[in-house]
Amino acid sequence: MTDAVTRRAAMLGAGATAGSLLFAGSGAKAQGKPSELRVGITTFLSGSASVFGVPAKQAAELLFEEVNKAGGIGGVPVRPIFVDEAPGTDHLVGEFRRLVQNEGVQLIFASISSGSCLACTPLSDEMKKTTVLWDCGTQRIFEEGQHPYAFRTQGYGTPEVLAPLLYLLKHKPDFRTLAVINQDYAWGRDSWELWKSAMDVLKPGVRVVAEMFPRFGATDYSTEVTRLLAARPDVILSTSWGGDLVTLLRQAAERRLFDRSTFVLPVCEPSLPTLGRTMAAGHIIGTRGDHWNNHPSPKDPARLKRFVDAYRAKYNDYPIYPCHHMAQAISATQAAYAKAIAAKGGGWPNDAELAAAFRGLTFDTPTSSITLREDGQGLEDQIVGISSFNAQYPFAVPKDMILFPAAMVSTPVGRKSVDWLKSLTPDFLNQIPAPIAG
Amino acid sequence: MKRESLLAALGTLALVACAWAVPWLKFILTIALAKGIAVLGILLLLRAGQVSFGHSMFLALGAYTVAFLAPMESEAVLLLPAAALVAAGFGLVIGLFLVRYRDIFFGMLNLAFAMVLYSLLEKLYSLTKGTDGIRVAALSFAGTEPERGTQEWIVFGIALGLAILFGLLVRFYLASPMGRALAGIKTRETRLEFMGVPARRVLLFAYVLSALMGGVGGALIAMTTRHVTPQIAYWTSSGELVFIAILGGAGSALGPFLGSVAFELVRVYAAAAVAEAWQMILGAVLLLVILFAPGGVWGLLSRRWRA
Repeated sequence: MTDAVTRRAAMLGAGATAGSLLFAGSGAKAQGKPSELRVGITTFLSGSASVFGVPAKQAAELLFEEVNKAGGIGGVPVRPIFVDEAPGTDHLVGEFRRLVQNEGVQLIFASISSGSCLACTPLSDEMKKTTVLWDCGTQRIFEEGQHPYAFRTQGYGTPEVLAPLLYLLKHKPDFRTLAVINQDYAWGRDSWELWKSAMDVLKPGVRVVAEMFPRFGATDYSTEVTRLLAARPDVILSTSWGGDLVTLLRQAAERRLFDRSTFVLPVCEPSLPTLGRTMAAGHIIGTRGDHWNNHPSPKDPARLKRFVDAYRAKYNDYPIYPCHHMAQAISATQAAYAKAIAAKGGGWPNDAELAAAFRGLTFDTPTSSITLREDGQGLEDQIVGISSFNAQYPFAVPKDMILFPAAMVSTPVGRKSVDWLKSLTPDFLNQIPAPIAG
Repeated sequence: MKRESLLAALGTLALVACAWAVPWLKFILTIALAKGIAVLGILLLLRAGQVSFGHSMFLALGAYTVAFLAPMESEAVLLLPAAALVAAGFGLVIGLFLVRYRDIFFGMLNLAFAMVLYSLLEKLYSLTKGTDGIRVAALSFAGTEPERGTQEWIVFGIALGLAILFGLLVRFYLASPMGRALAGIKTRETRLEFMGVPARRVLLFAYVLSALMGGVGGALIAMTTRHVTPQIAYWTSSGELVFIAILGGAGSALGPFLGSVAFELVRVYAAAAVAEAWQMILGAVLLLVILFAPGGVWGLLSRRWRA
């Protein structure tokens, strides 16, 4: 009897000791150059948003491999550590701590989901760990508070909704009715609020004939399509993405909805390869940035081609926008380390020095260059165009593209997006640049 | 009985030692304790042979109570009982209706209520900020606003204290006539009625108590993660609680805590080892438990004692 208890106690004790030995110490960091640069990356590896998460992970693996072949960052090889954000906030927040305190990561690339980003950024403040928001789009992050250690290396909801709206106003200025069909979750609601705020001041008097928020992950849109066919709106807006958008557009195509109304689809680029020829020509399409495969005048055409070709060779798919957003986060990291190491005269930067290097950083992407503003928000240009088909791609690509400079379509620092959009006037339309060649 | 207390004491020590030795595990263990408290509620209902597939609604009620009230009243000592009261009150209202049903109907109706709550949290966008969720404002503890490290220890301590308190409460409750009557509902309810014990009231009492513990668990989760999203009310979250109950075993008030610590540790280590396939590992663990240890972790331990 007694010896059973002792055995158990011994086992528990041994377990605890082994555990503590296993984990203790690995969090400690030397001030000098580390033997490897660990980057924690949270992304969707399961669930419906894995259509973004998995390609982004593949892009990260591809690019870090290249970086390491070229000698790493500041001479230090990089090791990405991926974390699935699908299980939800409580798990992800725990994983963030594990990455920082156990894996000893130097920085974290946080999240596709806006909810995950909102949960992670305050943690970056508390743990003083540089966090690159690599894909999430909510405008709330930098408009509701200051985050000294968080930086978003890409655009966000406001420019990504405003640019397609401006394009629509230029392309089809006489539309009178509009319907919206968005996924029923935060982005679907947020993007509609942003769109409506801007549309009401830029083109007052548009009648909204239907506001539909079908369930996230819905597989049947027949009711919605019927309603849209009956309501005959001039324009149908949908900021849906992934499988939901593919299903919606397939069912819309079958019932000839494309012939009746002009679609505006700000987040459709990742779904276009899947849709192939099902997608109709002549509708407004966006990609949350400027990184179209057929960008007519990218800043570094060779680099864009190299990335697209390498990605296609390895994964047999075209890279989609999350891959580009991942590439941007990696470029920003390289640029920030170069800046921080130079500022320290060759020494390895600590957390505060790394964050200081990110602030105001300008880094190159294959298509353009992005500057991080003083609030941490990146200025990524937006290209919107009309869906069209050509011989080179087996899926729709944009034509008549307009490049909206990020500074023009982003909310100024210190203002809230909805308030700023409501303060715009129709004069704003005069600022829209001419279409770029291609 | 003696062994149970000894194991509880050892477990407490092991948790504290673990949290002290491995700082990042402190967070995981706090969450595990919070979920364990909620699973205690499931254990009560399991004693009556009822499975609630919607218990996460009480987690959500507790968590959202904290999230909504924190900007007005940051005192954690007041927020916890407030969350418990809201959850217990809600449990009483829907319990009055739910205790009329048994078995699959009981489980499904719970699920239905949880999903209604989930949809409300998601759709009342202007109030709840939808799926992006609400950030929990800074909390104070008995008037002080400690820095992060201290605060993590305080919440861990509160969770541990409440876990022990509720564990003891459930143990005494299950040993009391009211608790014994729960087993009567499982075996044959009519007998209870013949003895003059109103079965519905017995179940209602257990249901409200389980709702209260769910609320406390949810409040602790909100205080730990500091960000609440509607996902906490989703059916997968309820399923997780039932999973933990099965993993831990329904034989003792220790079961839920053994289960929740095992669950969180398996999940975090599975996620760390193979980020792409952690679900498979978790599923395999549950299958192994069902096949080889139907009594859960607790069953394994107590069987060893008897041997």
